[in-house]
Amino acid sequence: MTGLRYVYAVCRPFGAALQSQLAGVAGDPPRLLPHGDLVAVVSHVPQADFAEEALRAHLEDLDWLTATARAHQQVVDALTAVTTPLPLRLATVFRDDSGVRVMLEEREAAFRRTLDRLDGRVEWGVKVYVEADPAQQAEPERPAASAPAAPKPVSGRDYLRQRRRQTRANDDLWSRAEEFATGLHTRLSDRADGARLHAPQNPRLSGAAGRNVLNAAYLVARDASEEFVEMVDRTKDDAPGIRVELTGPWAAYSFAGEGEGEGS
Amino acid sequence: MTVVERREIALVDLLDRLLAGGVVITGDVTLRIADVDLVRIDLNALISSVNRNVPSPFGD
Repeated sequence: MTGLRYVYAVCRPFGAALQSQLAGVAGDPPRLLPHGDLVAVVSHVPQADFAEEALRAHLEDLDWLTATARAHQQVVDALTAVTTPLPLRLATVFRDDSGVRVMLEEREAAFRRTLDRLDGRVEWGVKVYVEADPAQQAEPERPAASAPAAPKPVSGRDYLRQRRRQTRANDDLWSRAEEFATGLHTRLSDRADGARLHAPQNPRLSGAAGRNVLNAAYLVARDASEEFVEMVDRTKDDAPGIRVELTGPWAAYSFAGEGEGEGS
Repeated sequence: MTVVERREIALVDLLDRLLAGGVVITGDVTLRIADVDLVRIDLNALISSVNRNVPSPFGD
């Protein structure tokens, strides 16, 4: 099969076999392309879908993006089971094998440095949510259709009292949430080899209840992961109205850039 | 050890990593997905599909 080359990740050579039923982004099973001291994990993708114009259009198609992102993740996840991959950003495409080789050669030193930094480590995602949505509740005069209706105030004074109570409760919850998230982030960062903050997720996109106030990624050694996970778990019941979610282990996507995640 | 729940990975968590993480290499096909405008995904499509709770195409 001809076509372009889609590159998932760069690794050190590894002995184990890759899970056999991996589909790859366009249904072509990923294979290893060794060059020097590094291995690129690639599969063939059709020019019709992955040339610049086509790719640009596809990336705006949510179904296509979803399928491609999940296929990419499945390959990287399979690699994580046998080695420490350095994942590439979605849709990194080359014309042919020699294009991939040239890239490996040009960036060899940087790849080695990053692979050394990530070696034996995984990424954990930790998100903190405020369960109630204070912004919504603080504006009872314009309640969203989905918000539970507060008891109807019978007088102006009632209304003001109710309003004040809500505002105070919300301020409380907010400052507690902020304090909680900051404290948790500090404690987790201390235990991790790197930390990175992602932008809080839009609840309309995530479908998650509540407001996302912390969306962080931590780089953690595999053999320290059990302890790390327990630490996150222990905080889960600490604060009423605040929810903690853990995802992972991920390949170290958030720490793949040069110079990221260093210094702690 | 605490059992880590292995729920299906949420698309947003995945996109946080695949579109804002990973090594950025300009391949032969130049597309600056970089941190730019998140490929101008049709957010309306994203929102409505999340709301409709569309199951993953992989069913896993």
